[in-house]
Amino acid sequence: MAGPIGLERPGWYSDKEGIGMIVRHRIKPQTYFDSVTLMLIGTELKKLAGVTNAVVGMGTDYNIDSLKRLGMYSDAFATVTPADLVLAVQAADTTAGDAALAAAEALLQRRQAPAGSGAAYTPTSQEGGARVLPDANMVLISVPGQFAGRETEIALEAGRHVMLFSDNVPIEEEIRLKENAVRKGLLVMGPDCGTAIINQVPLAFANVVRRGDIGLVAASGTGLQEVTALITRLGFGITQAIGVGGRDLSEKVGGRMTLLAAQALADDPKTKVIVLISKPPAPAVVEALFARLQNTRKPVVVYFIGADPQTIIRAGFKAAATLEDAALQACALSGGKPLSPLMPADEIRRRAAGQTLPGRFVRGLYSGGTLCDEAQRLLKGQLDEIWSNTPVAGCRALPDPFKSQGNCIVDLGEDTFTRGRAHPMIDPGYRQERLLAEAADPDVGLIFFDVVLGFGSHPDMAGAMAAAVRQARARGGHVPRFAATILGTEGDPQNLRRQQATLAEADIEVFPSNVALVTYVQHLLAPKG
Amino acid sequence: MAAIHDLFTSPIKVINVGLPSFHADLKSQNVPVVHVNWQPPAGGNARVAALLDRVRRWQAQVRAGKKE
Amino acid sequence: MQRLDIAAINREAVQAIQKSQPVLTGVGIAGEVVPRMRRNLILHAGPPITWDRMCGPMRGAVMGALVYEGLAKTIPEAEKLAASGEIAFEPWHEHDGVGPMAGVATASMPVWIVEDKAAGRRTFCTLNEGLGKVLRYGAYSDEVLVRLRWMRDVLGPVLREALAGRPEINLKALIAQALQMGDEVHNRNRAATSLLFRELAPAILRTRAKTDDQVKVLEFLHANDHTFLNLSMPAAKIMLQAAEWREGCTLVTTMARNGTDFGIRVAGLKDRWFTAPAGMVKGLLFPGFTDADCNPDIGDSAITETVGLGGFSMAAAPAIVKFVGGTVADAMTYTQTMYEITTAESEAFQIPTLDFRGSPLGIDLLKVCETGILPQINTGIAHREAGVGQVGAGLIKPPAKCFEDALAAYVDAYCPE
Repeated sequence: MAGPIGLERPGWYSDKEGIGMIVRHRIKPQTYFDSVTLMLIGTELKKLAGVTNAVVGMGTDYNIDSLKRLGMYSDAFATVTPADLVLAVQAADTTAGDAALAAAEALLQRRQAPAGSGAAYTPTSQEGGARVLPDANMVLISVPGQFAGRETEIALEAGRHVMLFSDNVPIEEEIRLKENAVRKGLLVMGPDCGTAIINQVPLAFANVVRRGDIGLVAASGTGLQEVTALITRLGFGITQAIGVGGRDLSEKVGGRMTLLAAQALADDPKTKVIVLISKPPAPAVVEALFARLQNTRKPVVVYFIGADPQTIIRAGFKAAATLEDAALQACALSGGKPLSPLMPADEIRRRAAGQTLPGRFVRGLYSGGTLCDEAQRLLKGQLDEIWSNTPVAGCRALPDPFKSQGNCIVDLGEDTFTRGRAHPMIDPGYRQERLLAEAADPDVGLIFFDVVLGFGSHPDMAGAMAAAVRQARARGGHVPRFAATILGTEGDPQNLRRQQATLAEADIEVFPSNVALVTYVQHLLAPKG
Repeated sequence: MAAIHDLFTSPIKVINVGLPSFHADLKSQNVPVVHVNWQPPAGGNARVAALLDRVRRWQAQVRAGKKE
Repeated sequence: MQRLDIAAINREAVQAIQKSQPVLTGVGIAGEVVPRMRRNLILHAGPPITWDRMCGPMRGAVMGALVYEGLAKTIPEAEKLAASGEIAFEPWHEHDGVGPMAGVATASMPVWIVEDKAAGRRTFCTLNEGLGKVLRYGAYSDEVLVRLRWMRDVLGPVLREALAGRPEINLKALIAQALQMGDEVHNRNRAATSLLFRELAPAILRTRAKTDDQVKVLEFLHANDHTFLNLSMPAAKIMLQAAEWREGCTLVTTMARNGTDFGIRVAGLKDRWFTAPAGMVKGLLFPGFTDADCNPDIGDSAITETVGLGGFSMAAAPAIVKFVGGTVADAMTYTQTMYEITTAESEAFQIPTLDFRGSPLGIDLLKVCETGILPQINTGIAHREAGVGQVGAGLIKPPAKCFEDALAAYVDAYCPE
């Protein structure tokens, strides 16, 4: 999950040009707020009457460049530093501009004092936090990338494990941090790690899972979410789900954390089955990893996304073909007998039977990067040409990620889309816009997407997507079909059943796994007769 | 490995450094968690941050030297 | 590269502060007890300063003191003398002492003697003159000089005899009690002064002084809630001296202001002051005064904050939060925030409202720089003109530059590139 929620980025949408507008600005020196808070305030300001654009962000080079690009720059910004808060409002007139700045101040005030006077003290440093909770064993770090290494070092020095959600951490720093952690026998999950579940506690973007005997290590956030959610929905459970960050198995990082985590699961008496999920690692890393795992007598399911399964099988491990397959194999090993998928193949075929698509192209709008990859891989054999902003081998790169063409599967969580905007798992705004644009295209016969539940995610993504689908239908004219998969469990705060019902009521076909969804798409696309 | 074994066998207790929503999520699950209203080190003053880094690196060397 | 473990050194330094036991042993004459005190020397608050850069209240106090000392006959004459170069000005802090506000002291003034017997150390402070027109706010009228002479001729000798006739008074224990009674012993000393009065009254009555003088002394001590400030300050000073001048130590052992500059000293940087222009105190002004009347931050009383009292222990003194322009919740936050920049918690000084947590102790230069959190000081505000007196009270933080410069000097001394 690259750039999970756009840390270090300003909060505004740049889709309008301001001609004949005025710009009001303000600088608050030495005032820090996290980017999510600022993005939300930026979104609020944009709703105000007379306001066409609003930038609320820290004075980073990126933000200042953006202000220039948007024609909202002022010479007063020349000396700001990343520690200064910058506000700029583009409005119809001075009154509206000043009103927006006043509103911003009020919103900032509210964020500063969350629980009113007499509230429990909130420390401002990790050491201060450690004084409040001296026996803490985990530090969850989501500060801007340039500071993430420092916070990680402090945590490791104090003997605490780290979940490093921050992205934009240089690879040299990642290596140094992980070397240090391995020496101390501590976990550094990340950087850019969106998902982990430790002792059944979901951290950051993760689902409420059942307790069991399957332990997982993954270099993919949504991949880990999909597999843990499916294991739970299949009636099995997990011990630990350890994210290691997308680069851990690269040649440079050398799988340092994967090796440590795999060893920990091998040593853990509660873990009976081990699952490993990653993009295909560097060959030297595979060798080291397999050597480490060969010592354990526990069964190991390996899913190297898109890689040849033969190397895995030859090494004596179970090779999975998809995320769902990884979950099924792990559950079968845990339960001691084979299992069938949540939605049988017949059921999927039956749902597709007799359906004709009202257009020749399909469009996938994903919030989960690994799910987007998986959809491309499963469909690429069947379709001549698939376009994507994150093309897998055999698919083609979209010239303009903001504009679909042909059969097209887009990862809306990719960096291009999260600049100045929260990740699509949190903020459905852009995906709704995109869905409406795709639906208006007379060549589009089907739009499919994922709804990711769990902690961290939007409280009602199904509702948001259903609203967009209804809006598309209400416009009249061309309307494609809609299908979705929900990644989540019964225990998730959004309530899986209610989310399923919300989509079904909007006449959206719902599937329990990404593989089931894509299989359905395959059936729809299969030559008829 | 002892530290990871300890983690797997004791209740997780979290220091949340960064996004407040992660704190709220953990709190709602009754996980012991303290939120840190994080601020950039040295108030974002790069000169001071560089000086502090030098002290930190020196001390890391001193500690490493002690263990040898 | 020196093999110094800062954390271990700071731990030892804090331990030394914890172990220090300040006791009030007597009253002496500055010229007889204060080290390197001499007739043409004027001690003052804060970092070193020359006559030409002194603020109004400090100049007024210097002129009043020169007349009091008999070195000048009139105020204009005193002004000329002060500027002539014949008078030396040195910080109290470099003479094992402290002085509130202008902090001006001369050789014939009586001073409290506070001792740490185990460490073989003594600190000094003048006796508090009360409120209104007083030398420490730069007043030099006859009324001020008459009172100073009475303090020299009656108050000092009576207290000296009283203290000689009774066991020494453990100031650490007394401050600890006062914290439980709503004082933070910087801006509020009402409880501590009352406790001191209870200790001293019988001993004063046992002196050979005339009944009339005994009554006047008791009335004087009783009438001034800040009597004890001039004891909490040297007590804080002697405790901090226990940590001073240790190689590699990053604890701040002095914070002081002279009305022009704010200065700090750090235990590992012997004798060096790091200064920056003193700020303006934000708070409540007495009726009739405006911001234009206020002098920049002044006085050695920030030594109380340096040892974790005063603004650091605001949570113990909710009664004064209004006086300095805040709420009770603010007071709690001030104290809790100070734990972020300190390395330990006091074993002796406890804060009831924080479940008797020890007050924040041991300001760490590195933590101040790292967190950007500056020490919280609560303090009185002097009128910018000599002799008007106190115009209000409020809150202030030291200039960040003092700490940044000290850090640069520390790196230069211990871990240069």
